[in-house]
Amino acid sequence: MSERGYPAGRRLTRRGLLAGGAVAAAAAACAPASAVPDAAGRASAGPAPLPGGDAVEPFHGAHQAGVATSPQTFAVFAGFDLRPGTGRAALARLMRLLTDDARRLTRGEPALADTDAELALLPARLTVTFGFGAGLFEAAGAGHLAPRPLPAFKVDALQPRWSGGDLLVQVCADDRVTLAHALRVLVRDARSFATVRWTQHGFRQSPQVRAPGATQRNLMGQLDGTVNPRPGSADFERAVWVRDGWLRGGTTLVLRRIRMDLEKWDAADRAAKEFSVGRRLDTGAPLTGRAETDEPDFAALGASGLPVISEYAHIRRARVADPGMRILRRAYNYEDGLSPEGRPDAGLLFASYQADVARQFVPIQQRLAEVDLLNQWITPIGSAVFAVPPGCSPDGWIGETLLS
Amino acid sequence: MTITTVNRMLPAALAALLAAAACAAPSGTANNTVADTANNTVAGTATAASPTAPLSIGDPWVKTARSGMSAAFATLVNTTGEEVTVVAASTPVSPSVELHEVVGDGGTTTMRRKQGGFVIPAGGRHVLQPGGDHIMLMDVRTPVEPGAEVPFTLTLKDGRTVSFTAVAKDFAGANESYAPHE
Repeated sequence: MSERGYPAGRRLTRRGLLAGGAVAAAAAACAPASAVPDAAGRASAGPAPLPGGDAVEPFHGAHQAGVATSPQTFAVFAGFDLRPGTGRAALARLMRLLTDDARRLTRGEPALADTDAELALLPARLTVTFGFGAGLFEAAGAGHLAPRPLPAFKVDALQPRWSGGDLLVQVCADDRVTLAHALRVLVRDARSFATVRWTQHGFRQSPQVRAPGATQRNLMGQLDGTVNPRPGSADFERAVWVRDGWLRGGTTLVLRRIRMDLEKWDAADRAAKEFSVGRRLDTGAPLTGRAETDEPDFAALGASGLPVISEYAHIRRARVADPGMRILRRAYNYEDGLSPEGRPDAGLLFASYQADVARQFVPIQQRLAEVDLLNQWITPIGSAVFAVPPGCSPDGWIGETLLS
Repeated sequence: MTITTVNRMLPAALAALLAAAACAAPSGTANNTVADTANNTVAGTATAASPTAPLSIGDPWVKTARSGMSAAFATLVNTTGEEVTVVAASTPVSPSVELHEVVGDGGTTTMRRKQGGFVIPAGGRHVLQPGGDHIMLMDVRTPVEPGAEVPFTLTLKDGRTVSFTAVAKDFAGANESYAPHE
């Protein structure tokens, strides 16, 4: 499950998509000179992009990108509320516009009517992923298909400003400028239809500093995401993708904003930290093993006769035996500045993808809410559930299986 | 046309040959405008993609408007070996449509009717864009909603017509002042 399962960097590049620039160059040769980048995006090239800037994640396919995609360095999750009167036909117009923007931007081309065309030229593995919240289904006259809300968990301290939302736009890229531009383009096309409810920015250790397949550390210093389904595996297919109905090829996203009390975490000693999780901080190995990927031995007893991995340890409480019933965690850290006393507003944007929220996410979260030593330091303050529609073909658009 | 999809699978050298052929084609088929019509947009489609259409329309879009004036933009690609001139444009959403240019010194700009229409040289292209030549909707009667697909027809000097559909986009710019009497 770990992120170690993600395929290593793609070989696709923007220049590859443009056939090594040969087409563009030949076209430029026969086109009248123009100082202004044209609508098709042949803006001035400047210095040749580095491989990381040029890298493209495919937009089209059975699934939306940004789920099985090896996590990019930066993410923004934007939640929208539909404006009153935005019905099914308007939603179809909205999703066609947003799909077109995403299709162009992810291959390193400016969007249609892009006012800052040059900012689109380094896709940096940009992905744009759309999710539909319950309110969108109501607006489309399809309330019976809406994702069910989560039950209340006793650990929750949810704030409306980080919760809910009718439409999710998830944008990920290895470059923060690319991300900002893409979000701006998408918001410009969305705001006639919807208002912004929340914006949540996240970051991870980048592929430039930590191998793309390696598990990353969260802001508590833990290796986070060791047990993840491996993209391409049968378990991943079963755990993540919906197999029938309008959502076939899609998935669901539960986005939880989990605040970390890092000051209190500072007060815990290393042994207590490791005991609470059931893993070592340095290697990420279970307390009963040597390597990160070693299977935890939940039956092992220590000298005192008590389990080495506590009955209340996070990894025991979160354990799902059937790999096809696990969740795909694609989490990002957040850090939104410091209080006057220097306390960080920090935590995790816990993005969990699964074929079935009720059967996969909810039981895990219920167990963790009941007992988890880690709960001393973490508090869910935001929560939202979205259906993530399937991908689309070059002639299609995201959401067409629901809205067309 | 889903040209970029094709390009994706083409070796660079072959694609370059195709593009070069697009330049050289004496009386083009619509297919030879690879780089210019990479518009697999969901909404913006050009029906001029038939083999005999003299113009290929790339990335057409129109600025949204509840009423009053608006403007449409695209890249016009001449697929023939002869000069093509667009002399008029029409759309059902505005009874009055003009072909405009923007003139000015970089400070104050003004738009006005383009004398002689849009001239696209043989095998060349002509970009309609904010701040430049554009199709001006003088009197929008049917609100142009974001994401709407708006039909347009261009009339050429020889009387032929080329139709396309432009997608409506919210857009802050393209607000040049109009000097109708110039």
